[in-house]
Amino acid sequence: MLLRQLSEAFGVSGHETAVRQLIVDAIKDVAHEYRVDALGNLIALKKGDGTSRKVMVAAHMDEVGLMIVRVEKEGSLRFRPVGGIDPRVLLSKKVLIGDKKVPGVIGVKPIHLLEPRARQQVMPIEEMSIDIGASSKEEADNLVRVGDYAAFDVSFGELGDTLRTVKGKAFDDRAGCAVLIELLRDSYPFDFYAVFTVQEEVGLRGAKVAAYSVAPDLAFALEGTICDDSPKKRDVSPTTVLGAGPAITVMDRSVISDRRLVDLLLATAQQQGIPYQFKQPGMGGTDAGAIHLAREGVPAAVVSVPSRYIHSPVCLLSLNDLDNTIRLMRETLRQVDALELARA
Amino acid sequence: MQTKEFLKRLSEASGVSGYEAGVRERVREEFSPCSDEIQVDTMGNLIALKRGEGPPGVPRRRIMLAGHMDEIGLLVSLMEKGFLRFTTVGGFDLRVLPGQEVVVHGRRDLPGIIGMRPPHVVSAEEREQTVPLEQLFIDVGLSEEELGRWVRVGDVVTVQRQFTELSGNLAAGKGFDDRAAVVCIANCLQHLTTLKHSWDVYAVATVQEETGLKGAITSTFGLTPDIGIAIDVGHGNMLGVPEVDTVNVGGGPAIGLGPNIHPSMYSRLVEVARANEIAYQVDPLPGASGTDAWAMQVTREGLPTALVSIPLRYMHTSVETLALKDLDRIGRLLSLFIASLDEAFAQEIGLANA
Repeated sequence: MLLRQLSEAFGVSGHETAVRQLIVDAIKDVAHEYRVDALGNLIALKKGDGTSRKVMVAAHMDEVGLMIVRVEKEGSLRFRPVGGIDPRVLLSKKVLIGDKKVPGVIGVKPIHLLEPRARQQVMPIEEMSIDIGASSKEEADNLVRVGDYAAFDVSFGELGDTLRTVKGKAFDDRAGCAVLIELLRDSYPFDFYAVFTVQEEVGLRGAKVAAYSVAPDLAFALEGTICDDSPKKRDVSPTTVLGAGPAITVMDRSVISDRRLVDLLLATAQQQGIPYQFKQPGMGGTDAGAIHLAREGVPAAVVSVPSRYIHSPVCLLSLNDLDNTIRLMRETLRQVDALELARA
Repeated sequence: MQTKEFLKRLSEASGVSGYEAGVRERVREEFSPCSDEIQVDTMGNLIALKRGEGPPGVPRRRIMLAGHMDEIGLLVSLMEKGFLRFTTVGGFDLRVLPGQEVVVHGRRDLPGIIGMRPPHVVSAEEREQTVPLEQLFIDVGLSEEELGRWVRVGDVVTVQRQFTELSGNLAAGKGFDDRAAVVCIANCLQHLTTLKHSWDVYAVATVQEETGLKGAITSTFGLTPDIGIAIDVGHGNMLGVPEVDTVNVGGGPAIGLGPNIHPSMYSRLVEVARANEIAYQVDPLPGASGTDAWAMQVTREGLPTALVSIPLRYMHTSVETLALKDLDRIGRLLSLFIASLDEAFAQEIGLANA
């Protein structure tokens, strides 16, 4: 399954090469053209029938991860996060480092040696280290270098029945990439730019430059988004709910979705009987945040696959939601050409 | 028997304290070829006997080796809207649980995740606290209704971790505490098939150590050994922990010394290590050793006991790390120690006439 390969591929922000290669192999026979820009964005084009409108759909290839910043004398590695990671998910996890995928573990002082109060304290990242089994700096230097990226070592797996749940790492945003690859298989009247961006997690960087060079008339960003429908201390509504369908963003911290695009998405969903939900407003940011401010502005909206536990080693999503996201986008794109974008 | 392969088989098996069946059969398979008899007692301890050599009809002395096969785990305590709340079996540092994969042993084995909400929705205040047990939950990706068909309160949960090889011939995984000791014992039994020994050897893979040394208490009583050696894990050197509190991973067996240890057994172990050029370390234990040795020592009228420890980093996490060569060394040390046992030694440590 493509999502499995995308999930297991390595591409921490700044080093998306392996993911990009996988995607090139998946799209080279369906895109008319593709190129890689200075930052590493993969920009694929499916030409239309000659109308001048350009539509850009973006999904980011990068995942949050770690970077090795120091090799200690006794062979352990110090690291810092790339993108936003809650340090509380890091202890006792396995990672793979660099292109050679050197295995390492993030250990912790055993509970037996801790003062009772220390067990309540969150360990800061600066005090953690990765053990690759080296017993000296010399040994470690033969295997890894300062600046190497580390990603979580998690394999993809299938879980449930009715919800067709799957688990794996980096569903934010390999789920979006999976949707985008599917959309590229269709043909559209307009010029369809499928842009697989880089460095979203460190500031929407790839999307910014890609939107400048593509200069689309309108855009969608596809994401694997927050789904926190688990039981909570204070009963607040979840950002999205697993199984309730693609999540449409009205507003997040980076963009207010263009209402015309939101209305088109809603109308399409309702006409076609596709389940959908609204993502709770005000949460998170996406490539649309960068795209909508390109040049003189681009109408943009965000559609997401709900994913539990993003930004932690193992995420979970429902293939029903993934399939419905593909359906919603495909049907919406079929009608987007007719959308009036001029303002009175 | 290959050390690495056997450790992997044991590590990846499920056997939480009180529910050791999943790992016991793998132990039995490995102990069988090198022993004369195998039995399982009421508590579930697996006991393998390898008889010593001696004139028929003359009772032989007995040495008991103990390594525990149970691992710490979790237990489903509540089902809440399609998610599982749980309690711990054995000592867990709660800080290692968020983001950890698990297996829920319900009507079938269900892969699951101990979930953590992403940073975008967690307040700054929440982020400064370890998530308490009541707020942790397991997600197996099923709807609430489906969940009820497969899981019940009381179902056991094991931590999921694939065995990993690291550089320097180290390995990382879950349950090395104390299945690595079971590997050492199997190793010892194998060596004994090539050595002469006059004492009977009872090799015991004990149960429920993590919840109170229980298997050791009952099995030692039942076997009435003359002496006993427990093999367990000891804190391995790591960044951020003073060297005085640890032993070196890769530095060989850590031989215990202190009130829990009979001084003559300590001396004999050291002697055997030196004579056979087996690297070893001294492990000072001023009080309770926190192992089966503590229970074994006070069985019936008392038992001369020793403790041999495997240096291990990150104890009680899913990434426990050790040096594979330490396991080979311990297997060899134990077998040579056993081969050296004779009646003179029994007299030296004050055992009553056989």
